[in-house]
Amino acid sequence: MSILGIHLAYWQQTVLRTIGVLLAVLLPAGTFVYVFLFKMVSFMQSRLGPMEAGPYGSMQLLAEVGKFIQKEDIVPETADRRLFKLAPYLIVASVLLVYFVVPFGPDAYFANLDVGIFFALAVSSISVIGILIAGWASANKYSLLGGLRAAGQLIAYELPLVLAVVGVVIQAGTLNLQGIVAVQANGSIFGWSGIGNPFILTQFVGLFIFLVAAQAELTQTPFDMPIAESELVAGYITEYSGMRFLLFFIAEFASAGAFAALASTLFLGGWYFPGLDLTANYMNVVGPLILLAKIMIIGGLIFFVRFTFPRFREDQLQRFAWTILIPLSLANIFVTAVLKVVF
Amino acid sequence: MTAVSERQQLQYIAGQAADARVNVELETEGMTLNIGPQHPATHGTLRIIVRLDGEQVVSADPVMGYMHRGYEKLVEVRTYPQINTLVNRIDWLSSFCNEVPFILGAEQLMEVEAPPRAQWIRTVLFELGRISNIGLFLGEMGLQLGALTAAFYAFRDREFVLNQIEAVTGGRFHPNFDRIGGLKDDLPKGWIAETKRVMDRIREYCDEMDELLVGNEIFEARTRGIGVIPAEVGLSYGLSGANIRASGVDWDIRRDDTRNPLPYRELDWKVWTHPDGDSFARYWVRLQEVREATKIVDQLLDGIPSGPIMAKVPRIIKVPEGEAYVATENPLGEMGYYIVSKGDLGPFRVKIRTASFNNVSILPWVLRGVYVPDVITILGTLYFILGDIDR
Repeated sequence: MSILGIHLAYWQQTVLRTIGVLLAVLLPAGTFVYVFLFKMVSFMQSRLGPMEAGPYGSMQLLAEVGKFIQKEDIVPETADRRLFKLAPYLIVASVLLVYFVVPFGPDAYFANLDVGIFFALAVSSISVIGILIAGWASANKYSLLGGLRAAGQLIAYELPLVLAVVGVVIQAGTLNLQGIVAVQANGSIFGWSGIGNPFILTQFVGLFIFLVAAQAELTQTPFDMPIAESELVAGYITEYSGMRFLLFFIAEFASAGAFAALASTLFLGGWYFPGLDLTANYMNVVGPLILLAKIMIIGGLIFFVRFTFPRFREDQLQRFAWTILIPLSLANIFVTAVLKVVF
Repeated sequence: MTAVSERQQLQYIAGQAADARVNVELETEGMTLNIGPQHPATHGTLRIIVRLDGEQVVSADPVMGYMHRGYEKLVEVRTYPQINTLVNRIDWLSSFCNEVPFILGAEQLMEVEAPPRAQWIRTVLFELGRISNIGLFLGEMGLQLGALTAAFYAFRDREFVLNQIEAVTGGRFHPNFDRIGGLKDDLPKGWIAETKRVMDRIREYCDEMDELLVGNEIFEARTRGIGVIPAEVGLSYGLSGANIRASGVDWDIRRDDTRNPLPYRELDWKVWTHPDGDSFARYWVRLQEVREATKIVDQLLDGIPSGPIMAKVPRIIKVPEGEAYVATENPLGEMGYYIVSKGDLGPFRVKIRTASFNNVSILPWVLRGVYVPDVITILGTLYFILGDIDR
């Protein structure tokens, strides 16, 4: 591989890609925190949000990070020290791995796996283990309840998430995320190929299920029982402070970004925008921007819901998953498969 | 009503069964969870010892007294005007409402009656206190259930009411404005028109809450059928205010106490009740209560009589020997002072009857067999204020 005519050795590529993944994780996470958590929510709640640090509070994020780094790293006396310290890294690692397969342009990707979407969904569920460990190792009853709730919820919502994606995979005929983007770009709607065929048009049921399930996977309201602050104080993150809390925080918003990236790749056409050249070199620069714009749209939706609705109860959540979402997604798969054969 | 009590019986049986199951089958162990004294949902320092089987409550035991400030003892060594400052701190979200029953009780003992203008302005401030208190509850209930935004709307619009209270009394939280025989001051200029605008705003806020929470399916799923209190059980525990009205008991001291000198019976308003007795009913009844309060304030402002705001009282207030109990319908329920006077500068003994103490004492009964998230819903809709429990 060569960039700007300079040939890079394998180790140089590895370093570049590692930096790239870190950027890809931290940039959307930071943008989400600033745009949605600080500003959009403040406007929704008729307040201004941070205004002091930098113009319009734009440096607030640095202030927050600085604050967390300075804080004491407290480990409860009765906690399982090793597991307690391990948990946040596991969760962050699972998010990093999801970004690994998201394509940003024809050549701008970290890994072009043939089983891309399968890999992404598989590694995203590693975070369950981290959450369970965090809940158990904290030696706190609230944390334990939060961790168990999270485990039950994430496992229940893994199913509709995967089943929603199956519809897309059937229609695209590939698991490769680049392939899915290409199919959407080259597709046509009733013979008219002006805007390609972004799967939001045919798989809108799938998109709905995917977003609901992603909301539950992210433990955002209305499915935020694992961290419900009015019941469980902060669930499995209750005992964490300082840098480890920051890691949880980054993981939360980075995984919001990851799911938004997956949703926009699967349903909104990914890094492609109608009218542009799918294989041109400039797409490696324009593509990430287009994808980021789409991520922001999905992210806005996620956070709008988060700050509007009350939360479900744990049993209501399970009933919703098993009696509504899963039958719906199975029906969606069935209809998609039939139509795939017919057309 | 029968269906309701059946459900409660089932919950009770479930609680008993859970009790028996712990340590027998599978050798599972119950878990004792301390909700509080420091817990966000208790908004203060209430502690509830909850014994759990999984997430189901086997037994719940409220422990009160973490915020006990000894007011009943303190008032024995203070004069009547000084006590007025003290009782402000009981229910801190509607302080003026705490002053009124005490002052009315002292007036009754002294056989003084405040002039009509003072009574009307008292009632206006009383209802403003109710709006600022329950208005906050309406939003805060959303916070208990995870809807953050509603709470901010509540704080936003409560600000306007507090500003109006501040404009009259000079104090946002602790007005200390009521005096034996009348009020400290008259209304400032332009206040009436401004308050009417604020009442319009509050009505808009109520509509907003109606759409944001009452009309929300998740809110209904979380509150309907949760924490059902049948009327007879509620009465036996001494619940009052919106909590008992939500169980279908049509009882409001403002309307039903004929000796009450506040001019409620001259106004056109309605006491809302709800037959269900669940958390949703308690929320709904309070929502209607705020709407009625804005109506009451509007009517009061239209009809404030002219005249003095202070009756003739001696400079040094000595209350003659006697006993009196005066209760008013405070935002949280019935609040009353039983004053025993021996003819001194201060009372011999004062018993403060606060609504929250009784409202919380039903918790062991109502929390049996519910899930942990519902504990929070029930705590939220029973609506207590810690200062009101422990005084």
